[in-house]
Amino acid sequence: MIIGASPESDWEVMQKANQLYQDYQLKRVYYSGYVPISNDHRLPDLTTAPPVLRENRLYQTDWLLRFYGFSLDEILNANHTNLEADMDPKLAWALRNLHAFPVDINHAEYEMILRIPGLGVKSAKKIVAARRFSKLNLEHLRKFGVMLNRAKFFLTCDGQPNRHRDLTEEQIKNRILGTAQSKFVTQQLSLF
Amino acid sequence: MTDFVYDGSFEGLLTAIFDIYFKRLERARILPAAYYQPDVFSEKIEVYTDEAKANRVWKGLHKKLSKSALIHVFSCYLSELPEREEIILSFVRQVFASTDKVEENYSSSSVLRIAQLGRQLFREKHRFEAFVRFQQLRDGTFYATIDPDFNVLPLITEHFVKRYANQSWIIYDVRRKYGMHYDQHQVQEVYFDFVKASNEASLPQLEATDSEVVEPPTGVYTDQEDLYQLLWQTYFQSVNIPARRNLKLHRRHVPIRYWKYLTEKWTK
Repeated sequence: MIIGASPESDWEVMQKANQLYQDYQLKRVYYSGYVPISNDHRLPDLTTAPPVLRENRLYQTDWLLRFYGFSLDEILNANHTNLEADMDPKLAWALRNLHAFPVDINHAEYEMILRIPGLGVKSAKKIVAARRFSKLNLEHLRKFGVMLNRAKFFLTCDGQPNRHRDLTEEQIKNRILGTAQSKFVTQQLSLF
Repeated sequence: MTDFVYDGSFEGLLTAIFDIYFKRLERARILPAAYYQPDVFSEKIEVYTDEAKANRVWKGLHKKLSKSALIHVFSCYLSELPEREEIILSFVRQVFASTDKVEENYSSSSVLRIAQLGRQLFREKHRFEAFVRFQQLRDGTFYATIDPDFNVLPLITEHFVKRYANQSWIIYDVRRKYGMHYDQHQVQEVYFDFVKASNEASLPQLEATDSEVVEPPTGVYTDQEDLYQLLWQTYFQSVNIPARRNLKLHRRHVPIRYWKYLTEKWTK
């Protein structure tokens, strides 16, 4: 799908993709940012840059639908039609649903562990396999390759009571974005 | 502490594990002969590589491990890390000591390390199924040099045997100074002495160190080789979409350390 040539919202794009996955059993949908090629007044101006960040966020959403067990209306719906630019859709979902956290990685279901931001399919499988042998702590998670700077706000584990319980959505977001260096932030900053 | 010194081969390593179990030693180390330094506090035992013993250990592992975990053990050996013997020994001990599926006990450092090395080697193997660029020699053989971070040549050989079954080729690892030669029937390990070969001009002269670019010498390759290289470079230039240029992503997929062996990166 070409992104950014016409004015659809992210919700509409993903609805279409979701429909392609469900009704036509497509294996993979691709999202490609529109590169301006013509002066036609109905199309974006020739000087507009391809929407690289938007493309990335749509791919992230696509992955959440296919590998992380999310349904589309959890990420995008009529009240929330566009994805956030400053954070990925998984983190955004977690911040909107703080009541579901913290997740205890030593007892929670695989599906719930998979929803912790900063933690992917590989790590979630490792956690579920390894916790049969011993209780897992933060050090184990760090070695598994979990991005603790994000995940620590959303999980509890052995010897680690949730110290971040009282933080609000806004506080967690600021702490995470304060420590993380987005690959797109540098591009934006260099404009000034 | 007892030091088991082996010849550096995978069979030798498995034989050493067999000997350790046979002697029921709790405190033992396995060291390759090339790195062995006598130690006042430990006793040295020479390991004589024995295929029968190695097979018994391998079969024992076969019964307790999945196929992917076995590949991970072999990958750990191919990683050539100085601590590879220690990791494998500790892993094997855990496997034989338990009836459970230990390969999934990622909270144990050696199990996790084996799994991670398995992935790293898999990635490197996958890259080198793509980053091999052949050049045709005068006798029709296709010749390629590689310089992988790990010793992945044994892992990629099968792919190229299947892919280029009706062609003769040589893939040569310049760092480890050995190659694989396929003559359309079987694969053989080959070792080149490049200094001598350069006089006879039968094989490419190659003095590749880590930073040097490998310059193809004239007279060794077929006459069309230059034209094919030009064709390949032109192809890469014309499929490039300037508006989608993303060097950072490109470098992540094709790290710079591999560029010197990629024909499309040789701009003339």
